[in-house]
Amino acid sequence: MARSRHVRAAMALMATSILLLTSACNKDEAPSAGELYKNPVELTWWHNASDEGPGKAFWQKVATDFHNLHPTVTIKIEAIETNQLQRTRIPAALLSNDPPDIFQAWGGGEIVDQVKADQLREVTEQTKAEVASIGSAAAIWAVDGKQYGLPFRMGIEGFWYNKKIFADAGITAPPKTMDELKAAVTKLKAANVIPISVGAGDKWPAAHYWYNFALRACSVNALKDATKSLKFDDPCFVKAGSDLKEFIGIQPFQPNFIATVAQQGAGSSAGLVATGKAAMELMGDWNFGVMQNLAGDSWAAMKPNIGWFPFPAITGPGDPKAALGGGDGFACSKKAPAECVEFLKYIASPETQKAYAAVGVGLPVAKGAGDGVSEPVLKSILSATNDASYVQLWLDTAYGSTVGTAMNDGIIAIFAGTGTPQKVVDDMKAAAKK
Amino acid sequence: MSTAEQSLDLADRANARSARLRPAGGPFSRAARTRRKWYEIIGLTTPAVIVYSVFVLVPIGFAVYYSLYRWRGVGSPTEFVGWRNYQLAFEDPIFRDALWNNLIIVVGSLLVQGPIALGVALLLNRRFRGRAFFRLLVFVPYVLAEVTVGIMWRLILMRDGSVDTLLQALGLGSLVQGWLSDLPLIIWTLLFILTWKYVGFAIILFLAGLSNVPGELTEAAAIDGASWWQIQRHITIPLLGPTIRIWMFLSMIGSLQVFDVIWVVAAPSVRSLGAANTMATYMVDNGFFARLWGYGNAVAVILFLISFVAALLFQRFFLRRDIQGALTGRVS
Repeated sequence: MARSRHVRAAMALMATSILLLTSACNKDEAPSAGELYKNPVELTWWHNASDEGPGKAFWQKVATDFHNLHPTVTIKIEAIETNQLQRTRIPAALLSNDPPDIFQAWGGGEIVDQVKADQLREVTEQTKAEVASIGSAAAIWAVDGKQYGLPFRMGIEGFWYNKKIFADAGITAPPKTMDELKAAVTKLKAANVIPISVGAGDKWPAAHYWYNFALRACSVNALKDATKSLKFDDPCFVKAGSDLKEFIGIQPFQPNFIATVAQQGAGSSAGLVATGKAAMELMGDWNFGVMQNLAGDSWAAMKPNIGWFPFPAITGPGDPKAALGGGDGFACSKKAPAECVEFLKYIASPETQKAYAAVGVGLPVAKGAGDGVSEPVLKSILSATNDASYVQLWLDTAYGSTVGTAMNDGIIAIFAGTGTPQKVVDDMKAAAKK
Repeated sequence: MSTAEQSLDLADRANARSARLRPAGGPFSRAARTRRKWYEIIGLTTPAVIVYSVFVLVPIGFAVYYSLYRWRGVGSPTEFVGWRNYQLAFEDPIFRDALWNNLIIVVGSLLVQGPIALGVALLLNRRFRGRAFFRLLVFVPYVLAEVTVGIMWRLILMRDGSVDTLLQALGLGSLVQGWLSDLPLIIWTLLFILTWKYVGFAIILFLAGLSNVPGELTEAAAIDGASWWQIQRHITIPLLGPTIRIWMFLSMIGSLQVFDVIWVVAAPSVRSLGAANTMATYMVDNGFFARLWGYGNAVAVILFLISFVAALLFQRFFLRRDIQGALTGRVS
């Protein structure tokens, strides 16, 4: 039949074009053997400092400096916005035959998946000195005791607050316990300011409350086990939800918080603190830079008022000195040349880290690099990070995107009044099997 | 030479001439013509076929293939699960919310945009001063980029934004709502924004359709004493039928696949609560953000099938007369 012949012809055509396409993409690059810095290599580097600014300029300088030290190595940078980089570009590139040599790695569940798929280059032996200098935080980029990447930034989260609003409302010292925090909320409400702003619109800023309650309700071992097994049978996870529900019950947040975004515009949760409309926000160390951008010209007047205190203590089996935090790192892909590992070490070296700290876009991880931090608020976060007995990585990163998203969605439902503490845990368990 | 001989001779010459003009060999020449026709068809369609195959057919095939796997986008898909992803999608209340929201947008767009567009088109079809300006004005929202429109409305509707401020200034402070945060309300806010954005397209289509309505008909009706309204009701609108049906088709398919405005206006929280998601946003939230690539592909296939079936049904029952012969060959 004429019809079917045409269909067959079309299919043949399709098959040919696919073959052509795949064969065109199929030139495998063998990892360059031999000694370091002998043959010229080009490293492709994907990072997320995509906005024009000091962060992006710093990485450019790092690449140039490394090239000047080792002229055989040229580094080709591609700066990509975080969501795009993490959700689509890196996963797609790692599936192809041509992934970037060195790229942003967020640690936790994601790196576990990447290692399972044999996509990363192991660096345990070469980075022993760096890991020792970084300390326990380096474990976030390790799987089963083997190192697959190194962090360059790390910080724990706490409440950013406005000292002047606190004083005006009659709060003399930052709250140290949950009861003190609740009392402060009552006083701030009486003073007619928003006690706490939360960027629940973006989900994760709201979810971080649950994480902190879990950190107090669960023992460190329970948290570590859950990260490994992705089973959430310990009742402490339901307890975290009930504690959160009780806290939301005192209505500490701004009106319409469910749709408030975290970082965009004066109406965002960070914007409300930066413009003096809200007294507190629970957020990571990066919030200093975010508020500075949002406040614009009025930042000079606002900056002296901004303070920071860690998440208040709650009685529970959790380690009171444990803190919730996270960081950014880099990893080398499986086929990357040996020079990639050298560059990874260079980024984590005390000299580069000190320079990174001085830029002020994040807190460094290497020992001694903290001297580069000059802002008093950031210094207090750095010392709190160093004092923490255990840093639990953001739970959504630790558990991987699938369980993490289900968890955040369930927590948001508690914030919206439609969810229950039990359902968060049920959804997490279901997602682990999805 | 006799006249008979003369005429024969003439006929011969005529034959000889036409023989010279005709390409040699009767049946052979037809084959050559057919062959040339096929070269033309192949030559002209091949680029399109290749592009269409590589960017449409092959991806659809891959989507179906991936949708049968439990796959997180790391390594190649290995864990075959059959139809499980499809089953999981329909079991998820948030996906059912997305379907429901899509339905609201499809029906809402038709019911709201249709009458507004028709009314405005009929008005703008009359002659008056500044008509060109108003025609331009109603088309502006459609020309604006979706993301621009989304950000604009998000800023206008945010808490203490211009809408709230305006209402308060008018003494209507009690009408202030959580336009984008009050869960049951959000989908209607979004429907309003979509209407604002896309009604201009319907108007322009209708205006184009109206320009094809012959003036003699309306003139004759007017001479017969028909009022303006009667002319519109009994002559213009029926003749506008094909245009309206095509617009309904485009609006329906667009509503089923709507993504960008929703993505920009609705916060991630209200999307994942099912208050303001569509199948397309659900697909991206689950496929990329929850990194369920196999599952996301299953949602993509469901979205494709729903749009495809809706398109076929609509063509079969509404567009039959309008596209007779153009797309479907003879319709019995």
